[in-house]
Amino acid sequence: MDQGTLTSQRTATIAAPAWLRATAILWFIATVIVLLIGFRQALFTAPPDGELGDVQRIFYYHLPFAVLGMVFPYVNLVASLAFLYLRNRNPLKALTADALALASAQVSVLYVTLMLLTGMLYARPVWGIWWTWDARLTTAFILWLLYVSYLLTRKLAAPDQIAPLSAVLAVFAAVDIPIVYMSIRWWRTQHPAPIFGGAEGSGLAPSIWPPTLWNVAGWLMWGIFILCFRFAVERRNQIADQEHALQAIEASLHDHQG
Amino acid sequence: MKYLRFVLDHLRKDLRLEWRGRDAINGMLFFALLVVAIFSLAFDPTGYPTTTRQISGGVLWVAILFSSVTALNQAWTREIRNQVLDAQRMAPSPASSLFLGKALANLIFVLCVEAILAPIFIIFYNLHPLGNAWLFLLVMPLGTWALVVNGTFFAALGLRARNRELLLPLLLFPVSLPAILAMVQAASGILTNDIDAIQINLWIKQLAAYDIIFTTLCILLFETILHAE
Repeated sequence: MDQGTLTSQRTATIAAPAWLRATAILWFIATVIVLLIGFRQALFTAPPDGELGDVQRIFYYHLPFAVLGMVFPYVNLVASLAFLYLRNRNPLKALTADALALASAQVSVLYVTLMLLTGMLYARPVWGIWWTWDARLTTAFILWLLYVSYLLTRKLAAPDQIAPLSAVLAVFAAVDIPIVYMSIRWWRTQHPAPIFGGAEGSGLAPSIWPPTLWNVAGWLMWGIFILCFRFAVERRNQIADQEHALQAIEASLHDHQG
Repeated sequence: MKYLRFVLDHLRKDLRLEWRGRDAINGMLFFALLVVAIFSLAFDPTGYPTTTRQISGGVLWVAILFSSVTALNQAWTREIRNQVLDAQRMAPSPASSLFLGKALANLIFVLCVEAILAPIFIIFYNLHPLGNAWLFLLVMPLGTWALVVNGTFFAALGLRARNRELLLPLLLFPVSLPAILAMVQAASGILTNDIDAIQINLWIKQLAAYDIIFTTLCILLFETILHAE
């Protein structure tokens, strides 16, 4: 078998199988439908809030981002731990875990950013200020800082060290978050901020539930979609890198024979 | 006990190197003095004693934080020269003993700087602590260890990165935020006597817990960092 056929056979494995492509398209369509239902419920069906009026509708977007922004970092932690466990046992599987860690960190940063932005839009009319150093806001901001520094490390680290170093950093970040949460909560509850009036979690009215759940479901599906998409792109990059390395080895062997 | 001997060997080597050059301590000290001088431009320390007391805890830790980063950035570079780090990788001693030795050496350097800085700080900022000033003997080492243990770890982590001087603070500061909060709160509490002793004790306990958790984590993961390829 000559070199050309070998390479073409291997590159064929990069392309996604047809069933996966079909599933992805169906999933995407379903996500858009659920998000549209959520949009209609949040903006038109749900009655305006008694106290806050129409402004309260931001809540239907703020809450899903907040909840999911706390979920995706766990995916990152699990993938990073899996990488550290598999690193010396099964390097190829470890690469898969690393791709998942990167994808989930990016989705985490995206969701936490959206949470902070929608939160600010919500806070301005309700509390009168864009930002306050309240316990929850500070914790969310530090969460954002930690995962941005994770992504920066991936950018700046030496190429052959990116995976293990970022996995270690992910463990540090995951250990830090509960400590940040506890310490800041404890700190700020000493001085309760007077503007913190409109507590959002206190007793949801029944009319709030359907739009909230539709939006959480829709944004969860969207998050999973972009997570898988980023994961697939990263896997392709990894496979392409391996292909380059293999070709280089084959070429050098060829030179030796010739 | 053998492990302890390895740690002490590494510590002794680092102390001897520093004694010959005194680069780290001199650099840190001057940097910290500059930070103190610049903050005195931002507010008038002698004119407003109450305000000074309230923010001095923060200013002191900012000065120490920034100056220790300058030294931590250099902590591993002397190991790179002449491929010393590669030799350390192959050495049969456990990797974490190398890390602990280095971290302890850095702790001693930063504590030396603090010992010289503290009287200068008190004179320049005209400080009279209203609380129990002896508690600083507990707060300073615990807080410094929190910075130094993570700092030494992240300096090793970013050793081969592009822009490694930039990477260290980007990693160290977010992870250290709970420790910085505890240090600043405890220090301000002692200086102003605004919060009661139980709360200061709680902050010190939190700092100690942070130290224990992150020291364990660093020791467990240092081998992965040293052999990251």
